[in-house]
Amino acid sequence: MEDPLAAIKVTFFQECEEQLAELESGLLAMESNVADSETVNAVFRAVHSMKGGAGIFAMDALVRFAHIFETSLDKVRSGVLSATPPVVAVFLRAADLLADLVRAAREDSAVDEARIAALGVEFERIDHLDGAPEAAHVVPASECSAGDGGGQSGGVSTWNIVFTPDQALYAKANETALLLRELHRLGEVEVELDESGLPELQDMDPEGAYLTWRVTLRGECGEEDIRDVFEFVQEDCHLEISKAEPYGFDPGTVITGDNGFKFEFFAPIVEEPEEEDRKAEVKSEANVQAAVERPDPAAPAAAGAPPPQSKTVQAIAAKTEAASSVGATIRVDLDRVDRMIDLVGELVINEAMLSQRVLEAGIARSSGVAMALEELENLTREIQDSVMAIRAQPVRSVFQRMPRLVREVAAMTGKQVRLVTEGEATEVDKTVIERIADPLTHMIRNAIDHGLESTDRRIAEGKPAEGTVRLTALHRSGRIVLEVSDDGGGINRPRVRQKAIERGLISPDAQLTDEEVDNLIFLPGFSTAEQLSDISGRGVGMDVVRQSIQALGGRISISSRPGKGSTFSLSLPLTLAVLDGMVVSVQGHTLIIPLGVIVETLKPRREDVFPLDGDLNVLKLRGGYVPIVDVALCLGYGAQHSDPAQSVALLVEGEGGARAVLLVDAIHGQKQVVIKSLEANYRAVRGIAAATVMGDGRVALILDVDAMVQNTATDARRDLAESRQLEASAGER
Amino acid sequence: MMDKPETMPEEHELIAFRVGRQEFCINVMMVREIRGWTEATTLPKAPRYVKGVINLRGSVLPIIDLAVRLGMPGKAPTERNVIIVVQVLQRQVGILVDAVSDILMADKSAIQPLPDVTSDHAKRFLKGLLAMDGRMVSLIELDGILPEEDLEAA
Repeated sequence: MEDPLAAIKVTFFQECEEQLAELESGLLAMESNVADSETVNAVFRAVHSMKGGAGIFAMDALVRFAHIFETSLDKVRSGVLSATPPVVAVFLRAADLLADLVRAAREDSAVDEARIAALGVEFERIDHLDGAPEAAHVVPASECSAGDGGGQSGGVSTWNIVFTPDQALYAKANETALLLRELHRLGEVEVELDESGLPELQDMDPEGAYLTWRVTLRGECGEEDIRDVFEFVQEDCHLEISKAEPYGFDPGTVITGDNGFKFEFFAPIVEEPEEEDRKAEVKSEANVQAAVERPDPAAPAAAGAPPPQSKTVQAIAAKTEAASSVGATIRVDLDRVDRMIDLVGELVINEAMLSQRVLEAGIARSSGVAMALEELENLTREIQDSVMAIRAQPVRSVFQRMPRLVREVAAMTGKQVRLVTEGEATEVDKTVIERIADPLTHMIRNAIDHGLESTDRRIAEGKPAEGTVRLTALHRSGRIVLEVSDDGGGINRPRVRQKAIERGLISPDAQLTDEEVDNLIFLPGFSTAEQLSDISGRGVGMDVVRQSIQALGGRISISSRPGKGSTFSLSLPLTLAVLDGMVVSVQGHTLIIPLGVIVETLKPRREDVFPLDGDLNVLKLRGGYVPIVDVALCLGYGAQHSDPAQSVALLVEGEGGARAVLLVDAIHGQKQVVIKSLEANYRAVRGIAAATVMGDGRVALILDVDAMVQNTATDARRDLAESRQLEASAGER
Repeated sequence: MMDKPETMPEEHELIAFRVGRQEFCINVMMVREIRGWTEATTLPKAPRYVKGVINLRGSVLPIIDLAVRLGMPGKAPTERNVIIVVQVLQRQVGILVDAVSDILMADKSAIQPLPDVTSDHAKRFLKGLLAMDGRMVSLIELDGILPEEDLEAA
């Protein structure tokens, strides 16, 4: 019988992946001291929920280790242990092990008990480190926010808090115990339950709220910090916070926050029946009104002035951002999304067809129909963008794998490496993300292994001992640009040149610019490492990286400065579902040429065309000769060579940098097209990459430029012969 | 599932159509839709019976000129021609025919074998004959209607 838990198990492992990512990013934040208490909580939660899930499936090793890990994290959370760099280093290693244990559990493979034991010892060691909280590297949220004026006095203060939840608080599934526990983080807490409001059992509404807690809090925190704890429930409870004398502010003290928000302190009102909370808000509103020129409250919110509750809203926004893991998401089968994308693509085409028909019918642009159609067009585009956005994901998921890789490679090479990532939130289509992980991994390995010098050499050259590898992502003109840069020695051009000559890739007397030398590393069969190392010499070189990038419709380029380092830039389309193309016509057929491969367009002159080797012609271009690909001939659309003077030439660059000039009849402009597969209902066609549907509803073919370029020398003659034969046989009938 | 004569129920529905002077039929379960002829986009170096591809609600549909495929002389399609969209194995294919002529109910036992004189070419697609009110309708199988992959490699 099939394991009834199998399906749940799949979900569990999916969630584990997310938790591990969360864990890693949290730990990295702790490492670089930008963590607040929410991060520590998130890290703890991640380990805790993995432990819980693993328990259900009796994954003992995982549970055992997660428990040790969790215990240590809990100590950090409660401030017993401080997150000093050695502690975080152990945590990071533990996260790696945890990831391995999850993988072992998924693949049902053996667990490395020795590693678990070794890390267990590490945990024991850090637990016995002096965990003096004043050396805390993790800055609790309280300290972060205290600065902007919640009543921070610098020293320890004592607060009296009276907390009476409303029924709504419970109805919204809040848990008072958790809130009170939160308070514990702010300092010493004494909690007293006031159950005097509790009615007799027979009068009690089972869903009612009758309890009040009185809390005395002693700690280095401000009123703001306390309010933060109750932030999400403040609408649903009576909350009174007052400072116990003699530490309080003098009544009338006004504290101004960042965004013009003011707090004025009154004499403590402990038994005031009115909600302190609301009072503060009203007061602040008044102050804002006085300080900032606030428009009529009746004016639309879009007027740009901060609404009275802006502080709260911003705080919530900040909080939501901090705890992004809690964001509401749903898991949707990718097929469903793709189906929707298909349908929306169809909608776009239909809309375009409709517009064309309306235009043909001679309906005036100012008419109601035309205007409604324009609305429709905008809507359709918006729908298309939103649907595409569903498939878009931040590159974070790939970036998150890199720190571990860097640690491993750094350990193997004995180099000190710091990885800096930027732009993790940059979004790109899921398929692109899946397919850039390997090239990026390879490039980062290369950057550390070949790019960075050894520590000794760095010191000798007066560079910091620790090398930096920077991984950045950004959107640039409709594409995503990924950069991997290092501050190493740069490309050793004389060596690259020498290697290329040794391997017969270039002739010894070749005159190459620096840029051309740099690009030699992309040639198949090139490897500069002195010996093939474990790390990057896995039989694949930069040529494989280049190929996989080009297969995605991307380009890779390199810039290098001797002694300063190298930067590899990848430019990729945001999605593989659409393509920017040049619409051309050949013998009455509409074709699309991917824009990415077009270097330039030109008008050839008859005197610049020279025959070479029978039917193959070459075009003289700035002193060089480039083979001419007659598209009509290549695709069998025509039997004769087109007249170059009557054609438009497109200089294209195919895979591996091979160049050719494509001859077409005319260029009709650029267009973004939705890529449709030919193979789905037919089969692959040589010279054609895919198809698309044009605005008139007809199918147009997308040219496979690489095939065309490779076609040049060998096939030109055969193509011509074939098409003459075809023509002849057609004539016979 | 039901597109092979062997697996057909005893009594089944067939859709009959004309190509040239002949009449053919296929199991109605294979038919996805019937539509008018629209200008197809020519595919480079395709066999002559592949008219090209059209857009069928967002997917690219190859069009097979059945006349040419069956070895008859083809002629340029007009607006009066019909495309029968059929499901062949995992693919959808448009079959260009002259006109849809009939919907038939046929008993499996009514299908007669092909006479021996039939050419190999015809045998490749024809699975049997049906006598209907004095007409002869050929039962056709479409599994091999698309050009084979190895033709491409040649």
